[in-house]
Amino acid sequence: MIEIDIHKRLLSATGDFNLKVSCRINEGQFVSIFGSSGAGKTTILRLIAGLTQQNSGSISVNNNKWFDSTNKINLNPQKRKVGFVFQDYTLFPNMTVKKNLEFALNKGQSKDFINELIETMELTDLQNRKPETLSGGQKQRVALARALVQKPSILLLDEPLSALDGEMRNKLQDYILKVHKKYNLTTFLVSHDISEVFKLSDYVIKLENGSILQQGTPEELFLGKITTGKYTTIGTVLSIQPSDVINIVSVLSNNNIIQVIATNEEVVNLSEGDKVTITSKAFNPIIQKI
Amino acid sequence: MLDWSPIILTLQLALITTVILLVISIPLAYWMANTKSRIKSIIEAIVSLPLVLPPTVLGFYLLIAFSPESAIGSFLNDVFGLKLAFSFSGLVIGSIIYSLPFMVQPLQAGFSSLPSSLSEASFVLGKSKYQTITKVLIPNIKKSILTGIVLTFAHTVGEFGVVLMIGGNIPNQTKVVSIAIYDEVESLNYSNAHVYSGILLAVTFAILLLVYINNNRSNKFSR
Repeated sequence: MIEIDIHKRLLSATGDFNLKVSCRINEGQFVSIFGSSGAGKTTILRLIAGLTQQNSGSISVNNNKWFDSTNKINLNPQKRKVGFVFQDYTLFPNMTVKKNLEFALNKGQSKDFINELIETMELTDLQNRKPETLSGGQKQRVALARALVQKPSILLLDEPLSALDGEMRNKLQDYILKVHKKYNLTTFLVSHDISEVFKLSDYVIKLENGSILQQGTPEELFLGKITTGKYTTIGTVLSIQPSDVINIVSVLSNNNIIQVIATNEEVVNLSEGDKVTITSKAFNPIIQKI
Repeated sequence: MLDWSPIILTLQLALITTVILLVISIPLAYWMANTKSRIKSIIEAIVSLPLVLPPTVLGFYLLIAFSPESAIGSFLNDVFGLKLAFSFSGLVIGSIIYSLPFMVQPLQAGFSSLPSSLSEASFVLGKSKYQTITKVLIPNIKKSILTGIVLTFAHTVGEFGVVLMIGGNIPNQTKVVSIAIYDEVESLNYSNAHVYSGILLAVTFAILLLVYINNNRSNKFSR
């Protein structure tokens, strides 16, 4: 159980505001912190990691206090043992891929786990390369592997995929899910991409101007009431083409283009680039074993 | 016959000064690049003073401080048996102060050019500040370190005013090349002055050339 109660005064371009967040997260959950930029999402991760100091409140992980303003407890980042993946990868430029991972080893920790990570993240061919020769997606895989070397119980991901293109994002999302399950992690992901949040997380904290607007499962937050017997996916509107009395809306969802028929009233408020949900009755989709 | 001892003495002084300054300046430059303390500006101003202050002013104050009559001078003499005025050790201390900005400024610029997330990534991996500086930061500012070393060395070789004020002109003790040149010219011994000057010109030019060749090579962090 991770209990977070943070209070931090933040300076921003649009004026000062208070970051006030409290929540309880169960072990093994995949939590997304969702919201527009400047809402304080990254700051929450930095506070959990101890990279930024909060003004008051407390953070405790499995009943161990990491921060407690009343008892003046404040563990430094070195002692908190979290895995942190930064937005800009921050691989050490002077070290090869393998050396980056080895640097992360604890004193006396065996190198076996590094080989396992290199295999899991499919880095075998890259292990002797310097970071500057890698693509964005490759760098992010190395950064993810490096964050796991010390076998942390908490993984913090700060918009790790925002600089990558669609296909690469999908692939890395799969890697993230894979390690989240394989190593039994409690993962916090900062993201402003609904489809990513929907795909990865089982708990979402929606943040606005430093306060929690909503929290719950992605279905609760983005789809309203849970409706059984329906299949729902999230996508982006690519185009709206009028055809006779109806419209054909093309939607990109998980790298598939889906065409949906919509009436004129339904497309009044729709434009290209909008995020939409597509819901289908359960008797409609065709199921085939693969 | 040319007396080589001033040249050897100059190189010794420059080498010792550079090594000591490197050791002092790495932690100082790291602190200056990262601190938000209010005294940072004061420290920065003090470090940069030798860039603008006439060497004679620095030399004059050091001479006063080193004199056995002064509190500092008599303390060093009584406790450590150190006589700094008109001695080689005094020259080393004077050179360290005089060349401080030439080492600190490139290193500080180097540390500042690295993204702070690089240190943070190392901290969350459980690494101490010392490990982070030695294993992550220093290897990524090699160019700045080389610049600092070379500039400090060259600047110490070219030092005159401070040496003259606190060292005088004692052969094998404080008579460095720049002083020797002055001495030879005073005694109208132009041919020796030419040789010493030629050597200094060649050495300092070669050193600076090295810095600029190094600077013009592509750097990972210079955008």
